[in-house]
Amino acid sequence: MGTEDPGLYDYLPYYDRPKITWPGGARLAFWCAPNIEHYELDPPLNPSRTSWPRPVPDVLHYAWRDHGNRVGIWRMMDAMDRYGVRGSISLNVAVCDHFPEIAAACRERGWEFFSHGIYNTRYTYNMSEEQERAFIEDVKVSIRKWSGQELAGWLAPALTLTERSMDLLAEAGIIYTLDLFHDDQPLPVNVRSGRLISVPYSLEINDFTSLFQGNATPRDYTDAIKAQFDRLYQEGADNGQVMCLPLHPFLIGQPHRLRQFEAALDYITSHDKVWLATGREIAGYYLTHHYDAFQAAIAAGKKRGEA
Amino acid sequence: MTLPANYFDYPYRRPGMDHDRYPYSNLFKRKPVLWPAGARIALWIVPTLEFFPLDMAPKGVKPPGGLERPFPDYWNYTLRDYGNRVGFARLFRALERRGLKASVAMSSRLAERYPHVLQEVNRLGFELIAHGIDMHHIHATGIAREVEREWIERCLSTLRRLSGQPVKGWYSPAYSESGDTLDLVAAAGCNYVCDWVNDDMPYQLQTKTGSLCAMPHAYEISDLQIFHFYKYKPAQFVEQVMDHFDFLYREAAASGGRIVALSLRPWISGVPHRIAAVEHVLDRLARRAGVWSATGSEILAAWKAQQ
Repeated sequence: MGTEDPGLYDYLPYYDRPKITWPGGARLAFWCAPNIEHYELDPPLNPSRTSWPRPVPDVLHYAWRDHGNRVGIWRMMDAMDRYGVRGSISLNVAVCDHFPEIAAACRERGWEFFSHGIYNTRYTYNMSEEQERAFIEDVKVSIRKWSGQELAGWLAPALTLTERSMDLLAEAGIIYTLDLFHDDQPLPVNVRSGRLISVPYSLEINDFTSLFQGNATPRDYTDAIKAQFDRLYQEGADNGQVMCLPLHPFLIGQPHRLRQFEAALDYITSHDKVWLATGREIAGYYLTHHYDAFQAAIAAGKKRGEA
Repeated sequence: MTLPANYFDYPYRRPGMDHDRYPYSNLFKRKPVLWPAGARIALWIVPTLEFFPLDMAPKGVKPPGGLERPFPDYWNYTLRDYGNRVGFARLFRALERRGLKASVAMSSRLAERYPHVLQEVNRLGFELIAHGIDMHHIHATGIAREVEREWIERCLSTLRRLSGQPVKGWYSPAYSESGDTLDLVAAAGCNYVCDWVNDDMPYQLQTKTGSLCAMPHAYEISDLQIFHFYKYKPAQFVEQVMDHFDFLYREAAASGGRIVALSLRPWISGVPHRIAAVEHVLDRLARRAGVWSATGSEILAAWKAQQ
């Protein structure tokens, strides 16, 4: 508390930075991040946040979200299959325990599993360091068990964090965080030990912030996705870009939204020089090919007094 | 800060739901359903006629459209009452002229106060669904079980006595339930509820008292969500309902009969500047081959016969 800046990253001018290239000469790395979530009917109380707007059982809001796991995810998955878009799932790992067939379907598709905590109703707020370490370990073990993958990415459950989260993630071997929205390109994150990068997620063309909180119609949403793509694709001719499409099956899997979702995927996948990637692939490529140049550019800027 | 140790207990982290009201079920792994005459879509229209008392106190779960201005809130009282005087008449006429059936959810106080409305329901052959006593009697945790039992019995006995109908459907005001509601409405002789919006088809609920099913009440395309919360325009209502219908119509070809539920409140949909959009939708749905206009009880019976 009492810090006006999270201290997690340094300033870097947008138009004068090392050039990012992607495999195959792609201008844009596109990745799709479905949030596969479970919201408990009766979760324990976290002092910083209540889970439901109504008393338990909040049947309306619980059921609305549950539609995603019974119905929406299967429609979303079908659309993604048809356009050859793999998912990188932002996973409440308890979903695998509750609904093993969802975990199996994601695994069979070769989708990436990354962490969105255990349940979307268990928040990181107010965890001690020891508790948060154990929490991260639980997720790592679960993801290994259900996917055979080593956990690489982290989007905090319900985007709830502590001031220690980034340090603990790096120490646990996590490679990329999605909780920082300060840039359109991957960037180094300052952590006390180890190495962590931020990869762009999105709270602008996220179906939750757009369709649900932002009252966008399905057509508005598709227009926004296309506009986001157009600009990043254009800028990607000069310096490689990343575009993430974050989704929630309980929203995008509703019948009145699916054709528009398909239209967005159709638009994106009809372009050349687009790398259809996963979060892990983007982070790995950046770390191997661009991380050092970005660190050097940041250090040089500091030396010149720019940041 | 430290969270209590039980914040990290996960008592339901195992296959299945975190409650015993229904098992998990993937919509696309169920046996396809055939509707009468080979219809692809069962069209379930649910006009919802709600009485908002002038002296309702703004506490607990706030029903959408509830009176929240200082007493006497003539603004909201009369706007809601408009629906039960003028709006419903417009809506019923629109249905009558197109030969469409409906299941009318109604507050029992409204049936007592405005006998004409109930006469119209019966004259048109519409099914009656119990929608609580009024919008001040919100079923939620905190209401004693015996009190809630009395509310449910009072509502159902009033509606059954005044209408002569068996009244087998239950729709809780504001989609709000306590942990006892399902057991109480099953004990009171209902066989379906409209509060669980987690599916696009009916499914069986577990109760301690009787056989009860959840009917898919399509919250996202209700006029409540489209107009009242999302603030969309009438043309956007048409787009989204038709997108919803078209998607399910196509899905039905491969996956078996589907249901399109239209949840309409006359205080929202029955106003002059919106009714044309509703009529336009009804025209398009009524014209389509393979659409079966039916009541909730008829749809449920057809579904049950195939389970």
